[in-house]
Amino acid sequence: MTTLLIFIIVLFVAVAMWQMVKIFDLAQVGASNNQVATDKDNTFNGYMMIGFLIFIYAITIASFVYLGDLPLMSNSASEHGPGLDSLMVISMVVIFIVQTITQFLLHYFAYKYKGEKGRKALFYADNNTLEAIWTIIPVIVLAGLIIYGLFTWNDIMNIDESEDPMVVELYAQQFNWKARYGGDDNVLGKANVRLIDLDRANILGVDEDDPNAQDDVIVTELHLPVGRPVLFKMRSQDVLHSAYMPHFRAQMNCVPGMVTQFGFTPTVTTAEMRQNPDIQDKVANINALRLERKAEIEEAGQDLNYQFDYLLLCNKICGKSHYNMQMKIVVETQEEFDTWMAEQKTFPNSLN
Amino acid sequence: MSATADTHAHDDHDVHHHKETFVTKYIFSQDHKMIAKQYLITGVIIMGIIGIMMSLMIRMQIAWPEQPNAIFEALLGKWAPEGVMDADIYLALVTIHGTIMVFFVLTAGLSGTFSNLLIPLQIGARDMASGFLNMISYWLFFVSCVIMILSFFVEAGPAAAGWTIYPPLSALPMAQGGSGMGMTLWLVSMAIFIASSLLGSLNYVVTVINLRTKGMSMTRMPLTIWAFFVTAVIGIISFPVLLSAALLLIMDRSFGTSFFLSDIFIQGEVLHYQGGSPVLFEHLFWFLGHPEVYIVLLPALGITSEIIATNSRKPIFGYRAMVASILAIAFLSTIVWGHHMFISGMNPFLGSVFTFTTLLIAIPSAVKAFNYITTLWKGNLQMNPAMLFSIGLVSTFITGGLTGIILGDSALDINVHDTYFVVAHFHLVMGISALYGVFAGIYHWFPRMFGRMMNKNLGYLHFWITAICAYGVFFPMHFIGMAGLPRRYYTNSNFPLFDDTTNAQTVITVFALIAGVAQLVFLYNFVRSIFYGKKAEQNPWKSNTLEWTAPVEHMHGNWPGAIPHVYRWPYDYSKPGHDDDFVPQNVPMKDGEEELHH
Repeated sequence: MTTLLIFIIVLFVAVAMWQMVKIFDLAQVGASNNQVATDKDNTFNGYMMIGFLIFIYAITIASFVYLGDLPLMSNSASEHGPGLDSLMVISMVVIFIVQTITQFLLHYFAYKYKGEKGRKALFYADNNTLEAIWTIIPVIVLAGLIIYGLFTWNDIMNIDESEDPMVVELYAQQFNWKARYGGDDNVLGKANVRLIDLDRANILGVDEDDPNAQDDVIVTELHLPVGRPVLFKMRSQDVLHSAYMPHFRAQMNCVPGMVTQFGFTPTVTTAEMRQNPDIQDKVANINALRLERKAEIEEAGQDLNYQFDYLLLCNKICGKSHYNMQMKIVVETQEEFDTWMAEQKTFPNSLN
Repeated sequence: MSATADTHAHDDHDVHHHKETFVTKYIFSQDHKMIAKQYLITGVIIMGIIGIMMSLMIRMQIAWPEQPNAIFEALLGKWAPEGVMDADIYLALVTIHGTIMVFFVLTAGLSGTFSNLLIPLQIGARDMASGFLNMISYWLFFVSCVIMILSFFVEAGPAAAGWTIYPPLSALPMAQGGSGMGMTLWLVSMAIFIASSLLGSLNYVVTVINLRTKGMSMTRMPLTIWAFFVTAVIGIISFPVLLSAALLLIMDRSFGTSFFLSDIFIQGEVLHYQGGSPVLFEHLFWFLGHPEVYIVLLPALGITSEIIATNSRKPIFGYRAMVASILAIAFLSTIVWGHHMFISGMNPFLGSVFTFTTLLIAIPSAVKAFNYITTLWKGNLQMNPAMLFSIGLVSTFITGGLTGIILGDSALDINVHDTYFVVAHFHLVMGISALYGVFAGIYHWFPRMFGRMMNKNLGYLHFWITAICAYGVFFPMHFIGMAGLPRRYYTNSNFPLFDDTTNAQTVITVFALIAGVAQLVFLYNFVRSIFYGKKAEQNPWKSNTLEWTAPVEHMHGNWPGAIPHVYRWPYDYSKPGHDDDFVPQNVPMKDGEEELHH
């Protein structure tokens, strides 16, 4: 229904435009108009420039007001998250200031110096001081951002093995995720796609003879104990995938033929995050929107009521069902994690 | 203003007046002006219409996912059973939209039209260095367009691995329907396209270096020519690398080599590939892919420089700084490709290096933006449609460029990589900006190409609707990206997490549809003006550059008599000591007059 309505609106706009086109066209018949801008055009478009400047500011404000709760710029759930978020905020502030000033100058000048017959422009071809100023200012600002950014980056990417991180393999295939834990020894057994044996349900190609593999645990829902560093080892069996965990500010591609890695420490359990007022607002908003689409959602066989969960999404185009490649992440206390882990089958027991 | 009377020997090569047939004049033409028009019609107009229509279908699917739509049924046929778009064809649309817009419209269409038209006319040459190569270049381009479009009609569908065609997805037909015959045609089309692009670029470079008229030193060249020249050089450096990547991918696909593939298990069987790496492909692809952004953008900036100076009736501010920043951008553009690969599994230290080089690009870009703004200051702005599009370009260039500071920062890229934030960023900074450059160029040089004027009021209507819609589409999109919504999702109905983005998506789609309709105004104006437009004067915008000294009528050799000589730089607008507010380049210096820009 909305689709139809919007099409009708677009159709009306098209008809309106067509009419305007005809009026513009007819208005020029016989006029000694050489299609070069006159003072009248300059004035009209000069005012339009101011109007457009206001429009840019308005859409900026509107975006912040109506969409400002969308961005994931606070409430990160990992140890490195807040650092990354504050770098993001600082960059956004710099951008916002530069954007506001330069757009003002551009459009204001376009209005202020709109052409008039008989006036002559200022012949002003060069000024080395000015050029130096607007070379040096960006240099200083960018130097700050680069240094801050590189410290943050190194902090995130350098994995400190001495902290004894829990090793977890993320395994990607078209179009689902699996996770493999190292088990009691925290060491992953060797694996290669050439060892995959579907008849025996050895889907990840883990080496059955490797002693380290005997206590490995393979699951389809990722559980993480809060506060313990995790080192993810990513693998893919077919095409490129990308393990994207937006709430943890974490992402790394899964590349067939190599093992990539990314580490972080989860700091907020799923239960705690669900109690976060921002998240509760967001969830309430989503549920209100879902209620409007009730019939559609129930027809698709989904739960109408949405409850917050951390997610692992695929963020590299990987084929037809790319848009549905996800895995739930549960962050919980060490005790809850241990209880859950004890219920899981070890790798040898999961084989047929 | 006639060309100066004095002639000198080597200019006087006689203009051939051999009989032209329809075929030699309109089809296999070797005249740079006709080839420019051919590029304009094929590259910009026809491929542009196809590319934009695809984007509108993509937007409709995003806003109203999995709903029957008569437009899909009519245009996509078997790919939209009962009007519901298929997930495979969605990815194909995304892929081919990207390919067509980046390569066919904004590389070949933009450079092909304006480099061909303006290089000989603005440097004072009779034609390109090689008219024959120029003709071959266009026809190779034409063939590659035809092959790309034909790929829509193969059984399993066109290429659908994204315009970046990362293997293994693009290499394995069992990974995706589009990676069969569709991908083969994509690769063949691109290989031919690259050949066309290289022939064109070599021609531009040789022409600029060798065929400048007397007095046209490098520092007297209009910034358009500087931009086209440097763009051609970047193309020559980087396009062959893409060709090698495409050839190696063809080897992997068809001859069983393992350049990019290793350890693959798909559809129940292990493939024999061993030892290759998809990351190698990413390096090769982006070694072209990133310079490509500037291949698209620099000509648009060159066109804008020329139009802003002419219509401000002022010299472009900081000519030398502008040239220096073009050169700096060109150099830096070849050493930043890794910022597309921060999370590809590449060594994080390499990520640090690429962050550093990437953010450096902001410096010459900022210089350019400030110089444009200063050029407007105390000008006498003539608000022709071309001028509006040029100002619009500076606006979107700033808005889109600034978010590059976030994406170029490896740490921040972790969380917005491949989300809608990226889509918003690059559409504004290179898509919309370069399209504005194309429109500005068409409005400005239409009289030069067709001898008639375009209707200015329709131009205003076109600009203002497009400008508002461009921001309406891409500004809110940043926020959807910051919410973590990945790009290239057919629908996010399986992610309740993103349900609160759906209203914004609908608004964006409505803006996009209106923008699409607004382009019909342009199309109407363009086609109508070719036949019924007001006859153009010799120099309607009172511009200084040489193309406006040549007669309006189509003729080989551009100038009927001797080629004009050049005595000054192209930006003597409102120069003190002259009555007119413009002094064309072929007007000799007065006694005691100085070249003030040094």
